[in-house]
Amino acid sequence: MKVSRSKRTEEILFKVLMWIAMGIVFGFVISVIWTVFSRGAKAMSWDMITKLPGGGFYIGKEGGFLNAIVGSLYIVGASTILGLLVSIPVVFFLNVYLKKDSRLAYVARLAFDVLFGMPSIVYGAFGFTIMIFFGLRTSLLGGIIVITLLIIPIFIRSMDEATRNFPRDILDASYALGATRWETLKVVVRQIAPGIATATLLSIGRAIGDAASVMFTAGYTDSIPTSLSQPAATLPLAVFFQLSSPIPEVQDRAYAAALVLTIIVLLLSISGRFITNRFSKNKL
Amino acid sequence: MIRKRIVKDKLAHGVMLAMTLLSIVFVVVMAVGLYVKSAPVLENRSLWSLISSSQWKPMKGEFGFLPFIVGSLWVTFLAILISFPISLLTAVYLTEYARPVVRKFVFPALDILAALPSVIYGVWGMLVIVPWISDKVARHFVDFSSGYTVLAAGIVLGVMVIPLLVSLFIEVFSSVPAELREASLSLGATRWQTAKKVVLRKTLAGMLAATVLAISRAMGETIAVLMVCGCVIGIPSNILEPCYPIPALIANNYGEMLSMPLYESALMFAALILFVVVLVFNLLSRIILYRIERSEA
Repeated sequence: MKVSRSKRTEEILFKVLMWIAMGIVFGFVISVIWTVFSRGAKAMSWDMITKLPGGGFYIGKEGGFLNAIVGSLYIVGASTILGLLVSIPVVFFLNVYLKKDSRLAYVARLAFDVLFGMPSIVYGAFGFTIMIFFGLRTSLLGGIIVITLLIIPIFIRSMDEATRNFPRDILDASYALGATRWETLKVVVRQIAPGIATATLLSIGRAIGDAASVMFTAGYTDSIPTSLSQPAATLPLAVFFQLSSPIPEVQDRAYAAALVLTIIVLLLSISGRFITNRFSKNKL
Repeated sequence: MIRKRIVKDKLAHGVMLAMTLLSIVFVVVMAVGLYVKSAPVLENRSLWSLISSSQWKPMKGEFGFLPFIVGSLWVTFLAILISFPISLLTAVYLTEYARPVVRKFVFPALDILAALPSVIYGVWGMLVIVPWISDKVARHFVDFSSGYTVLAAGIVLGVMVIPLLVSLFIEVFSSVPAELREASLSLGATRWQTAKKVVLRKTLAGMLAATVLAISRAMGETIAVLMVCGCVIGIPSNILEPCYPIPALIANNYGEMLSMPLYESALMFAALILFVVVLVFNLLSRIILYRIERSEA
């Protein structure tokens, strides 16, 4: 029975290793969240999220980072809407207009995979070049354009995933009733609504947290932009720039900004999970 | 009435086709744009001297990318070394062992890791990993280390890559038909034996593809790495030295270089390197993954 014993030892060994691996994953999650929350909570105050940077803000005097919060919301809001406008038709086209084994759909999906994997710094550098080409300076508009380009592949990939499992019979039923493909869009959109919602939350999460792409395109400013041509501050850059300051009070603001950003992202992630669970239950 | 509906349908078809084609063309536009911008530096220096020289003196017009390339490779290698075993074991457990209850806890945890922005990982790295390295780890090996090292960047990056790797592994593993597992189990193999001899062996190509994707993700990561890598130009001789990966180079210097065309061009060349690496890696691994998906269907 020697063979069977070594078999069992190996089984137990690897089971233990797997438990350790998952323990490490949980450890990382807890460590990151705990670090941001404990350090951020110390630095947090009402002023931080309700006030603009005052005079002498960067030497540790009064003020908050409302500029970054509002800037992020402007950029993310606008690019989410633009992203949805582009990606819903594309997803619909890939799944309804094109046949299942279409060559074009294959190439398009590959293209979106490549764009999805493209680092945001490349988007940033490319976006900056385009802006110079068109004579734009760092501005809210530049940030919106680059973030839109960044999240379109995310939108398309995750909605595409939701649409692919969508029952073909429903399409046939709609055609049989005499509807054109365009009219069938209404049926499809209603069916994949939870998928769209999750994709949107995912994209917002990515859009709000991305720093490398807005660094050169949206710039940074202490005020809230009043037009598209003015630069805009963003939360991740508020963390990044203030953390590089040697003054502890300014660094504290970075931690507070990191806390705000983390809370937003966590809320988005949790509600995304919730929607997926909720609706995948009802589907069956 | 009917004609109007058909026209509408055709019109929608045209518009959607155009949008889809535009997105494909966008990849090409990006490549051309980056190439055109990096052309001046490529005309001035040979490609080989750009990637093999370690002299980085933008003011004198010397652009040697070797330190940055080596920095990127070091950091990426470490990140994969850390994340691969953890992700593989986690994914095997989740697909081969776990009851639904366990999945209910692990998936949200992975969701959180995937959702956290790069800059938050940077903050975590600066507050936790960097001090840990400079206080605890480095003193056993070197006299002094600030903690802003290849190791710190590798660890932070490794953690960031875990959720991507796990989800890709799970996708690949679930393409193995249940009958194969059942056959193996009914012959008396243990679960781990089944995982090792059936699932892992059958998905080698998929695992490779997943790892390549993770590598390309790790190579392009910017802000988190920038915050913990130390940003000292030079070829690191061990993992307790600072490094300066390519994305950090672009992020740190972009905007300053506008007055010097050749400098700008050199930075665009750095972006082009990233673009090409990511493009090739992504295409290769996605094509493999699509094959697997198809054979499953």
